Amino acid sequence: MSELSRRNLLAVFGAAGLSARALAEQIHQSVRDIQSLDQGANYTPQFFTPHEYSTLRLLTDFMIPADANSKGAIDAGAAEFIDFVCSKSDDVAGYYRYNLGFIDQQMQSRAGANFIDAPLAEQTKFLDLISYRSNWSDLTGAAVDFFAYFRFMVVDAYYTSPVGIAGLGYMGNQVLTSFTVPEEAVQYALKRSPFGGG
Amino acid sequence: MVHLQPKAQVADVVVIGSGAGGGTVVKVLTDLGVNVTLLEAGGMVNPETDFKQGMWPYEVQHRGTGPNAEYYRGTMQDGFFAAPNSFWQDPNEPYTVAPDSKFTWFRSRVIGGRTNHFGRFTPRFSDYDFKPYSFDGLGTDWPMDYTEMSPYFDKAELFVGVSGANSGLRSAPDGKFQPVPPPRVHEVLVQKAGQKLGIPVIPARQAMMTKAQNGREACHYCAQCGRGCKSGAAYSSSQAMIFPALKTGRLTIVTGAMARELVLDDTGKVTAVSYIDKATRTEQQIRCRTVVLAASACESARLLLNSKSALFPDGLANSSGAVGKYLTDTLAFSHWGYVPALEGVPRHNSDGLGGNHVYIPWWLLDDKTKDFPRGYHIQMGGGFNMPGIGGFNDLAWNYEGYGTKLKQRIRQSYGSQVSFTGFGEMIPNKDTYCEIDPDGKTDIYGIPVLRFHWKWSDYELNTVGHIRQTLRSIIETMGGTVNGDDPTLTNAQRITTGGSVIHEVGTIRMGDDPSQAPLNRYCQAHDVKNLFVADAAPFVSNPEKNPTLAIIALAWRTAEYLAEELRKGNV
Repeated sequence: MSELSRRNLLAVFGAAGLSARALAEQIHQSVRDIQSLDQGANYTPQFFTPHEYSTLRLLTDFMIPADANSKGAIDAGAAEFIDFVCSKSDDVAGYYRYNLGFIDQQMQSRAGANFIDAPLAEQTKFLDLISYRSNWSDLTGAAVDFFAYFRFMVVDAYYTSPVGIAGLGYMGNQVLTSFTVPEEAVQYALKRSPFGGG
Repeated sequence: MVHLQPKAQVADVVVIGSGAGGGTVVKVLTDLGVNVTLLEAGGMVNPETDFKQGMWPYEVQHRGTGPNAEYYRGTMQDGFFAAPNSFWQDPNEPYTVAPDSKFTWFRSRVIGGRTNHFGRFTPRFSDYDFKPYSFDGLGTDWPMDYTEMSPYFDKAELFVGVSGANSGLRSAPDGKFQPVPPPRVHEVLVQKAGQKLGIPVIPARQAMMTKAQNGREACHYCAQCGRGCKSGAAYSSSQAMIFPALKTGRLTIVTGAMARELVLDDTGKVTAVSYIDKATRTEQQIRCRTVVLAASACESARLLLNSKSALFPDGLANSSGAVGKYLTDTLAFSHWGYVPALEGVPRHNSDGLGGNHVYIPWWLLDDKTKDFPRGYHIQMGGGFNMPGIGGFNDLAWNYEGYGTKLKQRIRQSYGSQVSFTGFGEMIPNKDTYCEIDPDGKTDIYGIPVLRFHWKWSDYELNTVGHIRQTLRSIIETMGGTVNGDDPTLTNAQRITTGGSVIHEVGTIRMGDDPSQAPLNRYCQAHDVKNLFVADAAPFVSNPEKNPTLAIIALAWRTAEYLAEELRKGNV
């Protein structure tokens, strides 16, 4: 268990006002976080500071978590990918640095802690706020814009990784001697289309 | 891989450029026993090491955004996985665009040129495509007709290996096709929609072989033609034409050779090609009996315009003043549609041929009520494509929220998007042309650069409006909804930027009247008998059908004529 994960877990336990059930769910969620956050933790960021990078990894995990179908953004190396892009582009790097700082600043004023140290309830409350454009305001606008850009990059990173591609069920990139289309697939679509079966 | 010939030697034929046109001339001439020297501004290509066929995005740290994250920095020239070696902008090889014009110019500097990764959609022209003026009073007729060109389309299709099927349609003439694989699931829905709308949806015609021939293997259905096809099943000039020609011993290749100008004798015949050897930045000359320009429509025009002399003060072979004029590109308009019937389709490998297995040929030839004179065809995409950078752009931008629901949404939507692009015909106009930059700008080699002028007319803008309506009706007939259509845009805002479809043609056109056209009916310069052109520059019009098959057919005919003239001692 990494230091980051431990702190995150402590933050969850420390969250006040949770029902027993919500607490149980959050512990379950946190255990998932801890397992996946350990993956690739040995990576040395080329651009981000350790604190920024920990925040970034946690944010990627919120964006695309592991679920019953497939692993999440941590296993996909999404943070490594974003760090790589930032190491090659001053513009992207500056954008991330500013906004990771801004998110911490926001969390400090809302919860009295940096994002990674804030209670899970506060983390999700803030992410719920900035993930909708209708919540754009003078105060949060920068973070709302950033989160949309961030979503775009995490999706890119995740779905170009082995776990992301496997999760979609892509079966190609093969060498075939003939090409066929499964009749059941054709019938499935036709039945659901305006044209009907057959 | 530079083979310099001894200075004293005179090449029978120097071909400048190694794409579809240059490759065809090289193939046909060396087959006929003629010795050819090929100048290529780029380097050699090695399919085994240069083509990224089969690579997964995660095999590179940047996942395809480029070694320096060019994709996110907005400086991506071409897809990272695409076959080398092409660019839109290169500070070493600039061009200029006139004020109030928009134009973008794709260059490919490598043996095989753009054919290493082009879309391989290769329809053959129709009878009316050669006689546009006779058909509707616009533009100019070609000096030959379909009957004369049809045997060369046959040769081109048979040699290149085009999958497709006869349709009996005038807008999609029958040809010499290899079997085409069955339609994918989304393509079946498009066929059904077509039946309902009265729009034909027929097997696509693509330069992708489904049967092995000429030392090239049959398609292995990975859909990655744009990355370059290691087995050569997808046609490229390099693999199908240049490499076999090297084996004849009659082909000499000079790579890294940027042609600068054509050198004349006192009688006005070309005696040599002057070029810059890029490696040493030195000027070299190669002597020749004849020269064939196949450097791409605009580069070939640039070469002629830069070859000024007392005999030809306005540029070589330009007594008509038409060199650089009549430039056109194909217009295009695309829509994406989300089709719920495709959500949850049982996963299967839907890669197949690169591009579509079916397409929509022009179907309103006899409709006199529409508000534009020519036509368009429609290509499509869909299925479970190999995931890549940008593959879920729309969804990622438009989605709000995060977490498991985002993931589920993407998984659910995967394979349920269908894209359509209409490709339409542009009619040459006096405001669209290229010229030598009047301010004297040069490239890094000191060669004067081109300046482009561009204007779409209402003919093209109205075509875009019609394409948009058609694409919407197809998507909605499939039970889908159009993504991201902005009804407030004008057609002038919707239409592609000139040059962006990479179908530049017409800059050194053919015609029987030397006062109107630089080239005769065999793509031989009226003014200079030992000068030929074999790319898309000779095209008199730019039909909605992609130009590559016609480039090959025309170059084939030109090469046969040239060989015969050489044999007779006429050039």
